[in-house]
Amino acid sequence: MGMLDRSVRSLLFVELLSGLRLTLGYMFRPKVTVNYPYEKGPLSPRFRGEHALRRYANGEERCIACKLCEAVCPAQAITIEAEPREDGSRRTTRYDIDMTKCIYCGLCQEACPVDAIVEGPNFEFAAETREELLYDKDKLLANGDRWEAEIAANLAADAPYR
Amino acid sequence: MTEVQIKPVTMNFGPQHPAAHGVLRLVMELDGEVVQRIDPHIGLLHRGTEKLIEHKTYIQAIPYFDRLDYVSPMCQEHAFVIAVERLLGLEVPLRGQYIRVLFDELTRILNHLLNIPAYAMDVGAMTPFLWCFEQREMLMEFYERVSGARMHASYYRPGGVHQDLPAGLLDDIGAWAGKFPKVIADIDGLLTENRIFKQRLVDIGIVSAEDAADWGFTGPMLRASGVPWDLRKSQPYMVYDRMKFDIPTGRHGDCYDRYLVRMEEMRQSLRIVNQCIAEMPGGPATSDDRKITPPRREDMKHSMEALIHHFKLYTEGFHVPAGEVYAAVEAPKGEFGVYLVSDGGNRPYRCKIRAPGFAHLQAMEFCSRGHMLADTVAILGSMDIVFGEVDR
Repeated sequence: MGMLDRSVRSLLFVELLSGLRLTLGYMFRPKVTVNYPYEKGPLSPRFRGEHALRRYANGEERCIACKLCEAVCPAQAITIEAEPREDGSRRTTRYDIDMTKCIYCGLCQEACPVDAIVEGPNFEFAAETREELLYDKDKLLANGDRWEAEIAANLAADAPYR
Repeated sequence: MTEVQIKPVTMNFGPQHPAAHGVLRLVMELDGEVVQRIDPHIGLLHRGTEKLIEHKTYIQAIPYFDRLDYVSPMCQEHAFVIAVERLLGLEVPLRGQYIRVLFDELTRILNHLLNIPAYAMDVGAMTPFLWCFEQREMLMEFYERVSGARMHASYYRPGGVHQDLPAGLLDDIGAWAGKFPKVIADIDGLLTENRIFKQRLVDIGIVSAEDAADWGFTGPMLRASGVPWDLRKSQPYMVYDRMKFDIPTGRHGDCYDRYLVRMEEMRQSLRIVNQCIAEMPGGPATSDDRKITPPRREDMKHSMEALIHHFKLYTEGFHVPAGEVYAAVEAPKGEFGVYLVSDGGNRPYRCKIRAPGFAHLQAMEFCSRGHMLADTVAILGSMDIVFGEVDR
């Protein structure tokens, strides 16, 4: 760029005007924002959101209290207590997840041998108090019942890669 | 009239200053508006990551690396898994290596897409920030499709990656890569020649090549000073030796050159992304060494041996032979290294993290002494500091 060329460009505000033209062009393009509570971005089957405890189709809970998730959790957010039930099967008596400790790394669902604990597609579980985020077994099972259709579809979609 | 010596004003910059990029507190001594001394006070985001890792198995330690420099998560996982793989003597299958290189480069673009517009916003330009966040959203969508999380992926594992790429993802990344040069050109058109932007950056915070080496600069900071040093070329890891790309360098070592280097790095990363997509081989993405990587879910349901491996890996983890290793990768901000000492157990004996931002921040006073107060913001922006990795 020669001296003359540079001076002319500088005097005529060439770079500022071309920048303004660019932003003006963007003004007439379709909007890229989504209208959040009514529209949402796409989620893949692998998305790791709120935890849920699943049941079998006959209503029996899947978790067998092997405590792999408790052992692998890097944040030590999971607490499990277990004893044999009246019918002799081994089940948890307590299954707590402290959602304020959880780092959503997905190791619990990776470790679970029966696909009982999963991180479902729900990400809208903000609460007003801390206590609401200390999930117990009832809450987790309720989550499982509520999201079972989506979770099962996601697991089926991701099965070839697991 | 007698001459009066005025004491320099001591002033706090941050820790809640919007241009401090996180929780940086700078104690400044100002003579009028001229900076005489800067003392960065760090540690407000200290979480004791290195010590925590000593109490975690090798797999459990991976999520901690996402949370160091939270703008470029996968590159840091990469340094850690390379260190573990070297101690184990583990080979990564070719497809796994390509996937890692692909996502390292997407991460680099992700990082520069935050740094460049945030930097521009520090000196007064708002628009690029919004445009770049649209692109970042698309990149984070790729992250989410491959790993399940938009930022804290915990996707790389010793021996490969956690899960293979889902069907169709490569095509979508390819489609995105086809459109992205237009976005770079738009940002380029807004900023590069803009006189306001140039007035704020040109000849600010000049670092010579010698000084840059003395202060321990790496990455774009070093390259802007004219040193063509890049770990991807000088000691290639994974399949970087098969990739064709150039290393951009600056001439003056000022803030403007750092911006230009980062812009060019995005274009070069895009070249690598396109090569990875074109050459992506088939086969497994993860090593089949069952003492290190968990078995497939299907096998685990049918084979007793696989079930035992599964239980062992998710409780005790794997044991790593005693020894020590330093593994470094070219993270978007510079050389990110992990020095790992193993005593033969299932947890690291020591894990020292070498964060590029820490080395850059120590030169803060050196770069800004004699500059105006407003220039420190430009210098800080050009250093690309993220407090997750500085404070660890």
